[in-house]
Amino acid sequence: MEENEILLMKGNEAIAHAAIRCGCDGYFGYPITPQSEILETLAVEKPWETTGMVVVQAESELASINMVYGGGATGKRVMTSSSSPGVALMQEGITYMAGAEIPGLIVNVQRGGPGLGTIQPSQGDYFQSTRGGGNGDYNVIVLAPASVQEMADFVDLSFTLAFRYRIPVIMLSDGVIGQMMEKVVLPPFKPRRTEEELRQECPWAANGCKNRKKNIVTSLELDPHAMELHNIHLQEKYKEIKEKEVRYEEYMTEDAEYLIVAFGSAARIAQKAIELCRAKGIRVGMLRPITLWPFPSQAIKTLAQKAKGILSMEINAGQMVEDIQLAVQGCVPVFHYGRMGGIVPTPEEIVNEVEKMKQ
Amino acid sequence: MKSEIIIAGFGGQGVLSMGKILAYAALFEGKEVTWMPSYGPEQRGGTANVTVIVSDEKISSPILSEYDTAIILNQPSLDKFESKIKPGGNLIYDPYGISTPPQRTDINVYRINAMDVAAEMANVKAFNMLVLGGFLNVCPVVSITNVLKALHKTLPQRHHNLIPLNEEALKRGNEAISPVSQA
Repeated sequence: MEENEILLMKGNEAIAHAAIRCGCDGYFGYPITPQSEILETLAVEKPWETTGMVVVQAESELASINMVYGGGATGKRVMTSSSSPGVALMQEGITYMAGAEIPGLIVNVQRGGPGLGTIQPSQGDYFQSTRGGGNGDYNVIVLAPASVQEMADFVDLSFTLAFRYRIPVIMLSDGVIGQMMEKVVLPPFKPRRTEEELRQECPWAANGCKNRKKNIVTSLELDPHAMELHNIHLQEKYKEIKEKEVRYEEYMTEDAEYLIVAFGSAARIAQKAIELCRAKGIRVGMLRPITLWPFPSQAIKTLAQKAKGILSMEINAGQMVEDIQLAVQGCVPVFHYGRMGGIVPTPEEIVNEVEKMKQ
Repeated sequence: MKSEIIIAGFGGQGVLSMGKILAYAALFEGKEVTWMPSYGPEQRGGTANVTVIVSDEKISSPILSEYDTAIILNQPSLDKFESKIKPGGNLIYDPYGISTPPQRTDINVYRINAMDVAAEMANVKAFNMLVLGGFLNVCPVVSITNVLKALHKTLPQRHHNLIPLNEEALKRGNEAISPVSQA
């Protein structure tokens, strides 16, 4: 393929191509629907023969996330991908990475739960991603792509953020964005970092301590005072991320009387609903959080000042709605609409909910 | 201009690849396009469907509840999607495998005996390109030239010898479609 060529591909395929092109050092994963095309595409592309990127089909999700832990601890740009139940298995590894401040990318192409659930699309892992599915006081950065283009673009962005803050980053996608094909321009090719560049960018990495003092990368600290200091340091880091890294997009909010808040595939469906509402003369706009953590609370609070009502549209039983309620502090009524179990709501269902909100 | 299309039939009839070829042709036309498949166990012998949206403008939702055109290749799909065609929209079906023909009078209904023509051509694999050829007669959203370009792109090199057969199927399908009733 040529540079800047407009291609047609699935969101899952775009992630694999983007990983190869943005200098990813390693991918470790275990197949699960609806994201198996990521590993499949990597197997077809054989990046180990070109960029030297390692691709391993691990024996389980537990193995995958701990390979990411190990690779990340040496300063390598490494990633894994899975779908909801697989990411549930990875939570121990993710909290260990957060504790040990190990950068890395975890892609979750969500399917319906709880448990083994269904293979159809869902956004039921909002809490799991933004609240920390693992133990302890930690956060990870959560990006929510809403198009195949963003599936491609957010891979490099994830690694950039992960290394800037030494933090795991979750790309929270779902079966709709993973399985659908649309137009995409892949990011420009960027070589993998050399050992020299890695040592400069990651002086903390455990990658051989010849001619320097040894680095220890761990989440274990038995001295409670030292552990509290480490927690204070983590909280300061999270505060800085909240101040600097909030990302969102507004759609037709200028004159909006009603506001929809939706992310990922739900935002695409909501956008169509807004087109239908506008045709009926209902002034609706949308705020689409791109980072789910840090959450765009301030932007929602500002828009809430001029809104008569806010609808949180999610493909789940109502999870992000709690963050919206916290953001607006009761100054405007907040509603939720969603479907569960792998059922994706239609634009007409959302129009219906907006009309209900008007009454 | 925007066309919201659903193609539905049995797994194995080439429903998803027909959609894919249409989507690639739209890409070559310089249009916006989304291709959203049903995925999962229902593809193995059960029903398979794909939503293809072709538009001059950016596409919002890849998931729809109503369609401009439905291409229907089996009875379960007719039962499921006949009611979801917009008034004034198009329903294209192959009567092979349809026991209860479409009932609606507020849509344009077209019939294509693609299975029969495929049998005449002694090549059942030409079936989906016959149907696509018929569809393009009713809704010329992409040119045949770009469909052929799409075939080059999507078929693996080792199958490129089949392109002339597919071209013939597109042409014969284009001629084999006829209106049943108009809205």
